[in-house]
Amino acid sequence: MNRNIIISFGLHTLLVIITAMSLPFLAKKQINLPPIVSVELIQISDKTNIPFAPKAKKIIEKVKEKEKKLVSEQAPPKRVKKQKPDAIPLPNEKIEKVKEIKVEKQNPKKVETEVKQVSEFEKKELFDPNSIAALIDKSKVESAVTNKKIDKITQDQDKSIDFGGLSLSEEDALKAQIFGCWSIPLGLPYNENLLVRIKLRLKPDGSVIQSEILDHARMNKPGQGFYKVLAESALRAIKLCQPLRVPTTGYERWKDLQLNFDAREMLEG
Amino acid sequence: MKIFKSIFIIFMYLQVQSFALIEVDITRGNLSPLPVAVSDMSLDKDSQKAFEKILNKKNIGTEISNVVKNNLKQTGLFNPLNKDAFLQKPDIAHFKPRFEDWALIKAQALVTGKVTLVNEKLRVEFRLWDVLAGKEMMAIAFTTVPKNWRRVGHIITDKVYERLTGEKGYFDTRIIYVAEEGPKIKRIKRLAIMDQDGFNNKYLTLGNELVLTPRFSPTNQMVTYLSYFRNLPRVYLLDIETGIQEVVGDFAGMTFAPRFSPDGKKIIMSFAKDGNSDIYTMDLVNRVVERITNHPSIDTSPSYSPDGKYIVFNSDRSKYQQIYIMKNDGSNVKRISFGRGLYGTPVWSPRGDLIAFTKLHKGKFYIGVMRTDGTGERLLTENFYQEAPSWSPNGRVLIFYRETKTNTKGEGFSAKLWSIDLTGYNERLVPTKTDASDPSWSSLLNN
Repeated sequence: MNRNIIISFGLHTLLVIITAMSLPFLAKKQINLPPIVSVELIQISDKTNIPFAPKAKKIIEKVKEKEKKLVSEQAPPKRVKKQKPDAIPLPNEKIEKVKEIKVEKQNPKKVETEVKQVSEFEKKELFDPNSIAALIDKSKVESAVTNKKIDKITQDQDKSIDFGGLSLSEEDALKAQIFGCWSIPLGLPYNENLLVRIKLRLKPDGSVIQSEILDHARMNKPGQGFYKVLAESALRAIKLCQPLRVPTTGYERWKDLQLNFDAREMLEG
Repeated sequence: MKIFKSIFIIFMYLQVQSFALIEVDITRGNLSPLPVAVSDMSLDKDSQKAFEKILNKKNIGTEISNVVKNNLKQTGLFNPLNKDAFLQKPDIAHFKPRFEDWALIKAQALVTGKVTLVNEKLRVEFRLWDVLAGKEMMAIAFTTVPKNWRRVGHIITDKVYERLTGEKGYFDTRIIYVAEEGPKIKRIKRLAIMDQDGFNNKYLTLGNELVLTPRFSPTNQMVTYLSYFRNLPRVYLLDIETGIQEVVGDFAGMTFAPRFSPDGKKIIMSFAKDGNSDIYTMDLVNRVVERITNHPSIDTSPSYSPDGKYIVFNSDRSKYQQIYIMKNDGSNVKRISFGRGLYGTPVWSPRGDLIAFTKLHKGKFYIGVMRTDGTGERLLTENFYQEAPSWSPNGRVLIFYRETKTNTKGEGFSAKLWSIDLTGYNERLVPTKTDASDPSWSSLLNN
């Protein structure tokens, strides 16, 4: 008897945990991080430079002093290599590029490619002769790696935003667009269920690749003739509106979208 | 432990899946008329010549298309596009429309058709296309005698309307009314019937006797109305097909305000005697008369609910004329109008959800609607004098009559039929050859 109760209790507890994990609002709370991705990225990249800075500090300062004379020269790396391998314009360039990352806060992908370019560039053309450069290269590699890590974090965060849905302004823009395109069939019986759910697969520019009526079976049910009329009007609205006003970023977030057309409010009013 | 991990992973996966799809609720749309292209019905040369002889119409295909176009425009729900903008010829469009061309002129739906003469009969084939989806929505063919060509246009409109709005149309219907001629003090009043768009007008009585309040039977073959018999107003029954008319019942008083029950088997009316007016019904089969109300006040203008279970009427039992409903046996009388002013001529909507009425308040007449419990009163139109609303068979439009004010010499009087839809915005004059009053809308002829 007691054993059964314990098993039952255990299973119920498991059920509660599982349910809690799958509850949307709990998950949303956990995942709903503010979009501060790029800010974190900058801070972390700065910090990752710090440990290497003291070691190379003196050398870098010397390099900087030499380089001050060449500051205005934005010479191509090849020339620099050929003409003055010791001039090492790298450190400043490097720092400047890190600063560029700061500027391009909003696009982690760009940051990643830039960082990669920097490291490859350094590896191929600038790091050979100089230990300082090697040090800095190390720091760069580290920073690149760190950035990659950060990038991974940002993608995770991006995914977490996926689950949070569109922002209010994004949703409002999309709604406003579709409101204008949807000619509601006025003769529908407003005391019936007038909800049509349409699942869309979108291109990055907002045009529709595929649309699917989720309650398609209802179309052919007896006494539900009005549903077909309603569903067709909703599909016409989507076709008329496309490309839809979707956000310019975060394609993964909204490439699959569900529109719930509900005519009751309009017809009852 | 492994099992637990597996369950955990599965649920985490489900959790991710459950949040993957963004949902957006669309609860509003636009109410602007839907742009529709009504292409002329194509017609081959032989058929064209034949129809020109039979009907004296140069191009019957264009004529039928114009009927459809005008009907759609009258609804206020559609915007038929100007055919000068059409890029594709009617015969090719009917075979296979180039949807891009029609989308270019912003058409969302396209009506095409073909008219032919088959065994001396008119055959019309029409198709409705969804321009944006690039697909055919409907294709129907009708065959009839050539002189019925206008009805074919109305039936096509009904089909298009139903397919695009989700409710039955009201175009293949007729209106019976009182045609009025002559000066106000010496009016000649005749019963007249016409199509809902004002065509095919015919007079049913000669005008020797005064006629009032004609009402269609749900079967469309019978009409009940008020006329004078031995100087007493009495309710009459007229068979439109045979022209035979008879007095309903032998009452020792005045009967008026008749109306059919939804099944067409009974007539409900008012019977007045000694200053008191009550509501009665008469079975048209066995002629049994039944008293429904028994009150010292004036009870009149009864109208059945579509299911026949309830009756709405107006009464002054609360001192002022108001609207009441009761069960069909006269029990459970309940007042439903409580607004300021006087309420009269209540008519139950064929959909059953609303009651139309005439309201008099501060010297102005209003046509309005309210729910069957009296809530949600909406006044659709206001004027100097207007009354007697009658519902279209789909319960979307009301037809009524409106009189204009005369000048001090008594000149300038006219009475015309008007229609208004439930939005209150689409108000239109219904064309009649003479002055007109007391309209009643039939149900669909092709039901």
